Amino acid sequence: MSKRNPYIRKLPMDWWMKQLFYTKYMIREGSSVFVTLYSLILAWGVFRLSQGEVAFNGWLDALQSPFAILLHIIMLILALYHTITWFSLAPKAADLWVKGKKLDEKVIIAAHYCTFVVVTVFCLLIITL
Amino acid sequence: MSELTVEIDILRYRPELDSEPFTQTFEVPYTPELSVLEALQYIKDHLDSSISFRWSCRMAICGSCGMMVNGVPKLGCKVFLRDYYPKKVSLEPLANFPIERDLVVVMDDFIQKLESVKPYIIPGENKCLSEGPYQQTPEQMAKYKQYSMCINCGLCYAACPQYALDKKFTGPAALALLARYNRDSRDNGEAQRMKIVNQEEGVWGCTFVGYCSVVCPKDVDPAAAIQLLKVESSKDYLIGMFKPD
Repeated sequence: MSKRNPYIRKLPMDWWMKQLFYTKYMIREGSSVFVTLYSLILAWGVFRLSQGEVAFNGWLDALQSPFAILLHIIMLILALYHTITWFSLAPKAADLWVKGKKLDEKVIIAAHYCTFVVVTVFCLLIITL
Repeated sequence: MSELTVEIDILRYRPELDSEPFTQTFEVPYTPELSVLEALQYIKDHLDSSISFRWSCRMAICGSCGMMVNGVPKLGCKVFLRDYYPKKVSLEPLANFPIERDLVVVMDDFIQKLESVKPYIIPGENKCLSEGPYQQTPEQMAKYKQYSMCINCGLCYAACPQYALDKKFTGPAALALLARYNRDSRDNGEAQRMKIVNQEEGVWGCTFVGYCSVVCPKDVDPAAAIQLLKVESSKDYLIGMFKPD
């Protein structure tokens, strides 16, 4: 008679805390919650703008509170973290071949950073001019 | 001069005796060139002959000796005691697989998944033998070669939290193998395999953790294979909207 009795281990709830790689992955995924939050705040601002100057200024004032500033700092850090980790993964989703050779990962990552800088400068020019 | 030693913790499970796994510690003479697999062989030969583990080639080709070394999926033959010395080394059977005995896991689900992706060339038209072989340029071969280097060791499944959470997920090695055949210029079975790719259990079960590619001992990069298949799956979906067949 077979004495087989395969043992199935349970996945602990804190599996993502036990390996730094998983923790970083969870922060990357979790950062999207804060990115969404920021887009909602921004969308709310556009909505208040449509209601007139007083409403929009009220929204601007609300953003001056220490809580709002702290929240924005956290959102900025997480958005940057998301961007950096995403850029470093980008070559995996790109299958670009030039003259029979696969394009170097560094070129793809560098192209992402260049586009990021160009778009940021463009946006800053629109806002400040 | 006293001999240098290293402590090795092994998660043991003997189905006929134990209701659950337990840790047993062994002390092994340390030399810098000793691999974890050789340390296990020392334990089996000199300390406890009842210990079970899989191995064959000793040179990272057969893919048999996959195990968790200090919580990271590795090939026992490709990792050395010097990488951990003087710290303790902890060995456990590959994560996300049922334990058969000690460091041996049940890989049936993994093998079945490899078989499920139609891992063979499906030619478009059957050529007569007299017409000669299906030829390929080095450039055409380069498109899939990396994905053909898999040795079926299962480390990527032990590294994949998505597979840990949902065993229905086709998983990294099987999807990389699928990509290997889809990308082969001699193959014409893409339409058949896209049905597997497009499923929730196909590429869309992957959330791009990326650890599979980190632990792969052969640099197959299954995470890249899956992301590229996601692009193909999206194209397939869009084309299907306008041209249903």
